[in-house]
Amino acid sequence: MITYIIRRLLAAVLLLFIVSAAVFSIFYLVPRLVGATPETLATRYVGRSATPETVNLIAHKLGFYDPIWVQYGRWVKGIFLGSEYDYGSGTEQCPAPCFGYSFITRQPVWPDLLDRLPVTLSLAVGAATLWVIFGVATGVLSALRRGSLLDRAAMGVSLAGVSMPIFFTGLISLLVFSYQLKWTAAGGSYTPFTENPGDWFYSLLLPWIVLAFQFSAQYARLTRAGMLETLGEDYIRTARAKGLPERAVTVQHGLRAALTPLLTIFGLDFGLLLGGAVLTEQVFSLPGLGKYAVDAITNNDLPKVLGVTMMAALFVVVANLVVDLLYAVVDPRVRIN
Amino acid sequence: MAAGTFLEVKDLKISFPTDDGLVKSVDGLSFQLERGKTLGIVGESGSGKSVTSLGILGLHNKRNAQVSGEIWLDGDELVSAGAETVRALRGNKMAMIFQDPLSAMHPFYTIGHQIIEAYRVHHKVSKKVARKHAIDMLGRVGIPQPERRVDDYPHQFSGGMRQRAMIAMALVNDPQLLIADEPTTALDVTVQAQILDLMHKLQEEFNSALIVITHDLGVVAELADDVLVMYGGRCIEYGTARTIFEQPEHPYTWGLLGSMPRIDRPNLDRLVPIPGLPPSLINLPTGCAFHPRCAYEPRTGGLGRSLSPELAGSGQPGHLVRCHLPTDERQRIWREDVKPKLEAQ
Ligand SMILES: Nc1ncnc2c1ncn2[C@@H]1O[C@H](COP(=O)(O)OP(=O)(O)OP(=O)(O)O)[C@@H](O)[C@H]1O
Ligand code: SF4
Ligand SMILES: [Mg+2]
Repeated sequence: MITYIIRRLLAAVLLLFIVSAAVFSIFYLVPRLVGATPETLATRYVGRSATPETVNLIAHKLGFYDPIWVQYGRWVKGIFLGSEYDYGSGTEQCPAPCFGYSFITRQPVWPDLLDRLPVTLSLAVGAATLWVIFGVATGVLSALRRGSLLDRAAMGVSLAGVSMPIFFTGLISLLVFSYQLKWTAAGGSYTPFTENPGDWFYSLLLPWIVLAFQFSAQYARLTRAGMLETLGEDYIRTARAKGLPERAVTVQHGLRAALTPLLTIFGLDFGLLLGGAVLTEQVFSLPGLGKYAVDAITNNDLPKVLGVTMMAALFVVVANLVVDLLYAVVDPRVRIN
Repeated sequence: MAAGTFLEVKDLKISFPTDDGLVKSVDGLSFQLERGKTLGIVGESGSGKSVTSLGILGLHNKRNAQVSGEIWLDGDELVSAGAETVRALRGNKMAMIFQDPLSAMHPFYTIGHQIIEAYRVHHKVSKKVARKHAIDMLGRVGIPQPERRVDDYPHQFSGGMRQRAMIAMALVNDPQLLIADEPTTALDVTVQAQILDLMHKLQEEFNSALIVITHDLGVVAELADDVLVMYGGRCIEYGTARTIFEQPEHPYTWGLLGSMPRIDRPNLDRLVPIPGLPPSLINLPTGCAFHPRCAYEPRTGGLGRSLSPELAGSGQPGHLVRCHLPTDERQRIWREDVKPKLEAQ
């Protein structure tokens, strides 16, 4: 078990480096593919009015002429030790962990990320709670009453849920529930939990439901399929042959096994969401990481985009690690061999 | 019900409606079994052996299986009984050992947990008491260091040990009827013999009625008092083990004797399979279900093709055979034709 944990940890660290290198390369290469040179990149820091000499100097100082791995190394070093950005008109500090420095807002990216994270976290945790409860319950009931009216209705609704995009369900629900019926908060009214828990809840209710609806649909289908599969297993027949009541058979033996593979999917989904529920945050104007990413892209603020992408990658890797470890907890075949 | 009879199955029919038609997996099966006795059920794959045993335990889902007939267990009729009544008997008065103990045990729970669970469904005792019982049971089925192995997971056991644990789980409530569906098929030969010994020993100890379902006539020879030969969901020959091995009268049984593996006859390469395929259970052949594969069909003068033979008494008391050939002719064919060939194998 200890070796398993160490192996997974090492693998996660390695994965982090690979993923961050890949992300970095993409952000390094994409501008260059569309024709950007070190000079044009430097221009963004010093402004168009600067002389070619200044631009050249700054491009040197910011290391834009260095090979990609040197630039990547410097970026990683910044995360651990912090770094400085010198672009002529003075040196800007970017303390560790430095996830980049925006040349547009003239600010380090990290504090921004810290600022946005609670919003995304609130959204993700609330929605996940809802979708796990509703998705799994619907899936189990559908599987147990396979072919019944309830099953067909649930699967019909969930098919709709899976196939309708968030911006559609989100906008429709905003229109109906907050503008027409005034049951829920309007978009863009996010209140932090620390300020007013009641308002926080009210402002997030609709986004939670809309996001959870889509995921519930998917989880209901997955749970149903997993449940039907496990209910056909030999050990379920054994459980019945022992004389166990049907409820114990389905819950303790069936559900227990059916939920295990769902854990992996949940870990991934949750990790991805923490990186920013882009569409949901956009539709409901929630100032989370997803909206931050979209705004950064719109403003062509490359360091911000890189920083938030790295953050998202980090969440995915960490979520994967947690899932792997949890897997060992729930499946003794992984834990003991 | 005859005196001493513990289990009586009367005209049991089990079928499954499917898109292709009604699958008649068991079609009018009857037999009796006393305490302390063993019935062997043999037949090719798909002949309805497992469906029969699951039917006795009431494990068919009412939504996709149609079950009719009577199953009398110690004075209670099970086919018409309520689900809850049958559930209370299951694992308690009647229990089952399955073929593949790896897939038949839950991978996420320890062996001990699964045995304790089986015990506590039917006994209102604390976990601690049940655990002692489970350890005791594991010891009795020959698992070394049971107080340590009780906390192992199924995947930590070897195949033979797993089957022992499965047997312990089935026997934990002292069932009076034990059904073993291919209990040794998944095991290698030496382990098979040990498990058979164990089952024999335990049956004597518990004085339970045992049904052994198998492809392996060696297992039947070792354990069974009576043998029921199934073909296409029906009984085609029934008799004492001695009769079935020494004076079998049905052409299909002859084929089985020549084609089935036996622990005591390891030269598998000389086995002669029965020609042709098992019948479709949706459309059984008209007449005798075995006629398309039967070498003796021409001797019945076309009767085999048109009329389904009844299961009728034969030479020995209690010996039943479903075949149109006259008894003396069957006996002659066996004596002069089939037996010498089998012995030459
Ligand atoms: N739920 C079901 N739905 C439809 N057909 C079924 C169902 N269960 C069993 N059958 C059919 O019933 C027939 C008898 O199956 P059964 O499992 O009893 O065979 P068996 O004699 O135990 O064979 P084997 O030696 O391979 O275990 C098979 O043809 C099988 O396809
Ligand atoms: S009835 Fe005819 S076809 Fe059927 S087993 Fe007897 S001889 Fe063969
Ligand atoms: Mg079978």
